[in-house]
Amino acid sequence: AAGAPKPLPSSGPKSLREMPHPLATSSSEEMGPALTPSPDLLLPRSIADKDLSLPNGTPVDTSSPASSSSLLNRLQLDDDLDGETRDLFVTVDDPKKHVCTMETYITYRVTTKTTRAEFDLPEYSVRRRYQDFDWLRNKLEESQPTHLIPPLPEKFVVKGVVDRFSEEFVETRRKALDKFLKRITDHPVLSFNEHFNVFLTAKDLNAYKKQGMALLSKMGESVKYVTGGYKLRSRPLEFAAIGEYLDTFSLKLGTIDRIAQRIIKEQLEYLVELREYGPVYSTWGGLEAELSEPLEGVSACIGNCCTALEELSEDMTEDFLPVLREYILYSESMKNVLKKRDQVQAEYEAKLEAVALKKEDRPKVPTDVEKCQDRVECFNADLKADMERWQNNKRQDFRQLLMGMADKNIQYYEKVCGTA
Amino acid sequence: MEDCLSKKMEITVSEAEKRTGRNAVNMQETYTAYLIETRAVESQSEGQCAPVDSLWRRYSEFELLRNYLSVTYPHIVVPPLPEKRADFVWHKLSADNMDPDFVERRRIGLENFLLRVASHPVLCQDKIFYSFLTQEGGWKEMVNETGFQLKADSRLKALNATFRVKNPDKRFTELKHYSDELQSVISHLLRVRARVADRLYGVYKVHGNYGRVFSEWSAIEKEMGDGLQSAGHHMDVYAASIDDILEEEEHYADQLKEYLFYAEALRAVCRKHELMQYDLEMAAQDLTSKKQQCEELATGTVRTFSLKGMTSKLFGQETPEQREAKIKVLEEQIQEGEEQLKSKNLEGRDFVKSAWADIERFKEQKNHDLKEALISYAVMQISMCKKGIQVWTNAKECFSKM
Repeated sequence: AAGAPKPLPSSGPKSLREMPHPLATSSSEEMGPALTPSPDLLLPRSIADKDLSLPNGTPVDTSSPASSSSLLNRLQLDDDLDGETRDLFVTVDDPKKHVCTMETYITYRVTTKTTRAEFDLPEYSVRRRYQDFDWLRNKLEESQPTHLIPPLPEKFVVKGVVDRFSEEFVETRRKALDKFLKRITDHPVLSFNEHFNVFLTAKDLNAYKKQGMALLSKMGESVKYVTGGYKLRSRPLEFAAIGEYLDTFSLKLGTIDRIAQRIIKEQLEYLVELREYGPVYSTWGGLEAELSEPLEGVSACIGNCCTALEELSEDMTEDFLPVLREYILYSESMKNVLKKRDQVQAEYEAKLEAVALKKEDRPKVPTDVEKCQDRVECFNADLKADMERWQNNKRQDFRQLLMGMADKNIQYYEKVCGTA
Repeated sequence: MEDCLSKKMEITVSEAEKRTGRNAVNMQETYTAYLIETRAVESQSEGQCAPVDSLWRRYSEFELLRNYLSVTYPHIVVPPLPEKRADFVWHKLSADNMDPDFVERRRIGLENFLLRVASHPVLCQDKIFYSFLTQEGGWKEMVNETGFQLKADSRLKALNATFRVKNPDKRFTELKHYSDELQSVISHLLRVRARVADRLYGVYKVHGNYGRVFSEWSAIEKEMGDGLQSAGHHMDVYAASIDDILEEEEHYADQLKEYLFYAEALRAVCRKHELMQYDLEMAAQDLTSKKQQCEELATGTVRTFSLKGMTSKLFGQETPEQREAKIKVLEEQIQEGEEQLKSKNLEGRDFVKSAWADIERFKEQKNHDLKEALISYAVMQISMCKKGIQVWTNAKECFSKM
């Protein structure tokens, strides 16, 4: 199976050899000789060693680093999946409450429509609960450690403070879960993950979960990238920059979250006063003859103000705050991925050093060090690509979010204006 | 009907100045003096610019003037002064009498007071009022020389003292009840409005924080940076806009306050009627009992219990001469009493007539003024909303460019 693999349907006619190395444009000077890729270690060689034969080039085992990198061409050419090329649609809706002897919980309907060959049917409809989403996310993190996995809405809610079964809470959660699945759907690598497929299609997910556990224990060397105790020499500038960016970013989001909460609080207190204010005009109107009409008018107007303000506060609580919090969670999980990347790089550096110390004149670098290098490169590549995608999506998301916030405020004022 | 003074003379309270001086107990005090400027209107129409006369007065002199007017014209709903101390304040407003904003609003209030008096058909003709506007020196002495303080009925000050009036004019009873309710509802309104203003202030100001954090955030962004930065600027504008909005609203609050105090003046007129009616009834009662006494003495029958009667029984009857003398005294008193009663009755009826006329005038004025005030309040609210829409539309545009 030497030579270029069969062209993937969505990629262009370019062969892999023509692809620039993902790390080529980065500041390779700082990385030191150890990480500068030598021509021998370019991707095509790694791919040539593996068998990736599936008719459309989809890797069988997506947990292998080399197979991830084989999809680089898809990432590079097909960054934004526009509507026309999209072949997978997922929606979360229809929350339902289930009351059992042991517990009460909510399930959501997950509907899938697709033309992809990985799916046996063009349409699926299954019911899933939060636990299942959580399981999926863990599986994705395990099997795609080099990628940024979108966040889930918060798992635990303080009982007594938030009503887990209130309409507002369930709706907010549903939206977040829908976003979660859509982000995965949009991701060129994650959307092909086998666990994701099962999640969308299996009638009995629990059976698969149990089976999965058994499989994992059977597997020899786990593909976990949790390595411990290696110290990183030098972090590539771009990842250091990403780390710093994420720190500041989540800090600023936290501040915005607090400000938004404060505004909502002030608005509600304002509302309390307005609710007392309006009726006083009514009372006065009752005393007067000629003035009673204008006074009643003012009273009614204030009443409408109250309603509009309530709606504004509700919207901000339900739509604005959760998205902010989601991105804060996102940043945190991304920082964890960055840490893992550091670890992988550190391990590689350590192993390389160990080999150099042995002072043996070997023409070739030992395979396990090679593997490490692969890991590092693939990790970096995946991460970089994901970061770009994330930045883009983030920009869109925030643009929409902030425009939405502005819109809601405009609507509020228009409503009040109308009644005045 | 003669033209009101306001048509003949331009009156303004144009300036306020801080002064220090020595008060009645020779302690140093700080107070504010207000400059009253007057100019005759007629000469202006001839193409000439009339000279402006001016003099300084302090708040206590205004108070003196008003007290004089209230006592001298008890059947008139006398325009009120702006509040002595800042009341119904929300947190940003100062309760300090020396605060420049308070002084400014008081200046406007005092001018308004003078204009109200000058356009009142009865009050504008008062000489003391005219001198207040034109004669700087010796005015206080002039007022005190009228002896109005002696005429003042201390009972009128006792707001809650009840007089068991048997036959008050029902209209006045209703009106007094109305003025009580009006005072209560406007006070409540002003209190809540102050709290509403406070809260609204908070909401707007917190948005200012967005300005800062958007700016900080924009520093780490590439494509999003400009949009965030300019949106942040709009948030700052939004936060700052509340200051002007609430300042305008204070004017509305002042208009309501004027009628809060007007309600007091209205109540005072009703009370005056009650007192007059009470005095009338007491006088009538006194007359009746005197007549009865007279009759008893004349016929020798004791119908009513009296201490005199008892003592006379105990200590012996009086002589016929004594009885004659008593009857004569009583008859004189009865005659006096009847004349007094007649004049009191007349006074009472005159009072009711003229008071009611002024009350009707007041009602019309009140309805007109408050309707205007409510309309301008609504206009203020609309303007505030439009500003809000503007700012958020601008911010939205900035966001769209992210």
